[in-house]
Amino acid sequence: MEPAKLLVQGVSKVFRDGRKPLDTLAAIDLFVNAGEFVTVIGPSGCGKSTLFNIVAGVDQPTSGIVAIDGDAQGERAGKSGYMPQQPLLLPWRTVEENIMLGLDVRRLPRKKAEREAYELLKRFGLADFAHHYPATLSGGMRQRVALLRTVLFNSSFLLLDEPFGALDALTRLSLQMWLLDLWQTFHSSVLFITHDVREAILLSDRIYVLSARPARVLRVVEVDLPRPRRSEQLALEQAVRLEQELTTLLLKEQQS
Amino acid sequence: MKLRWLAGYGPAFVLGVTLLAFWELYVRAGQISSQVLPSPTAIIQALIEHWDVISIHTMQTLLETVLGMAVAIVFGLILAITLEISRWSRRAVYPLLVISQTIPIIALAPLLLIWFGIDLGPKVFVVALYCFFPIAVACADGLADAEPELINLLKSMHASRWQILWLVRLPGAMPSFFSGLRIAATYGVTGAIFGEYVGAYQGLGIYMQLSVNSHAIVLVFAAILVTAVLSLLLFGLVSLIERIALPWYHGTVIERKLS
Repeated sequence: MEPAKLLVQGVSKVFRDGRKPLDTLAAIDLFVNAGEFVTVIGPSGCGKSTLFNIVAGVDQPTSGIVAIDGDAQGERAGKSGYMPQQPLLLPWRTVEENIMLGLDVRRLPRKKAEREAYELLKRFGLADFAHHYPATLSGGMRQRVALLRTVLFNSSFLLLDEPFGALDALTRLSLQMWLLDLWQTFHSSVLFITHDVREAILLSDRIYVLSARPARVLRVVEVDLPRPRRSEQLALEQAVRLEQELTTLLLKEQQS
Repeated sequence: MKLRWLAGYGPAFVLGVTLLAFWELYVRAGQISSQVLPSPTAIIQALIEHWDVISIHTMQTLLETVLGMAVAIVFGLILAITLEISRWSRRAVYPLLVISQTIPIIALAPLLLIWFGIDLGPKVFVVALYCFFPIAVACADGLADAEPELINLLKSMHASRWQILWLVRLPGAMPSFFSGLRIAATYGVTGAIFGEYVGAYQGLGIYMQLSVNSHAIVLVFAAILVTAVLSLLLFGLVSLIERIALPWYHGTVIERKLS
């Protein structure tokens, strides 16, 4: 059997900043199979981003196993396309050059990188902006560029940390659809963070609900809405029931 | 657009002209001897009359300033990068860097003359000493200012320390670098004149001193005027280079042709 794209087993994290150790993650278990869209949802400040930093190889767990493609020993950095909450585009690079950042890190020849970046921009409707600087783009546009940068670096496994958190409702919806298009094009495996229940239901195959800090998995829900997803499906009875259930769970967690 | 840019300098221009007019009238009214304080028009006249001599001194001072600034840029950048790369060197070197700025250059200049002679070298050294600090400090701060999330992003791409420096920190520090360089440009000419003042064959500094000694106050003022113009020109040049080198920083969109 093919190993899971990502396997997280008993991962905990304790920060020793100052005198008092801070328990952030308490034994998290989760997995993402190849081609799956998996979402992690939890009250704000529960350590979701810490989990992401660990999976991305930026941080190390205090205990537990993180395996990408069945490899628990090797270096994790470079094995996922990591997109933080802020778009973090480089203001001195044009849109095209920003998208090429990961290829520059990999030392791909310039010509080849440019061609790949331009193809991607064309496929996802941003070719007109290829030579604009990020400062001239709207928030939604910047987020699209950041997403394409992530995909161009590594399209097989995407780590998306609340990518649409700062956007208005309409822009957010159009970006959600755009992301699903992207996901289907590349057959990516996705681990997605959000604190928006509707967003989680609309996008995911499976949802992990985390508790308040120290975070552990409270519930795992399979979302069996048909694909391709459309926003109207959120009005289906099963979706509404799921939304209410998860919202109640999260509210209780936020208060405790 | 150009007009509006000029209009921005309107108030400064009006104030400057008013002050000059007062000065001119004060001297012309005979309130003070023109031997002691020459009028602005007399200074301009003297500058034009003596331009053949003054221009030679100006070129010398300019040469020293540009060379000194070049040295300061090279060493400032190297030091800033060193400070960034090793936390240990930051702790060790930064305080020394600040202390180096407490050395009174006016006292150091004669010593340099004794140690290194009357040639170009000591002047370039003084200029470099003046310009080095703002460049190094601005650049070091710029390098350290990179967003931690951005550094994490690069780390998640498995970028090396050098790649992070080259792809993120250095380009991000360029606006700070140019701020430092602009400050350095205004210091530089003064530094060169300090160096020349204690002894030189040529240069505006020695020209001022010779003029004072022969009571040609008007020529001292002419040299001061040239010094000011030179500093402003260098400042402007640095700003111009910055505009060309960092188009993104001024929010311009380049429409590069697709090849």
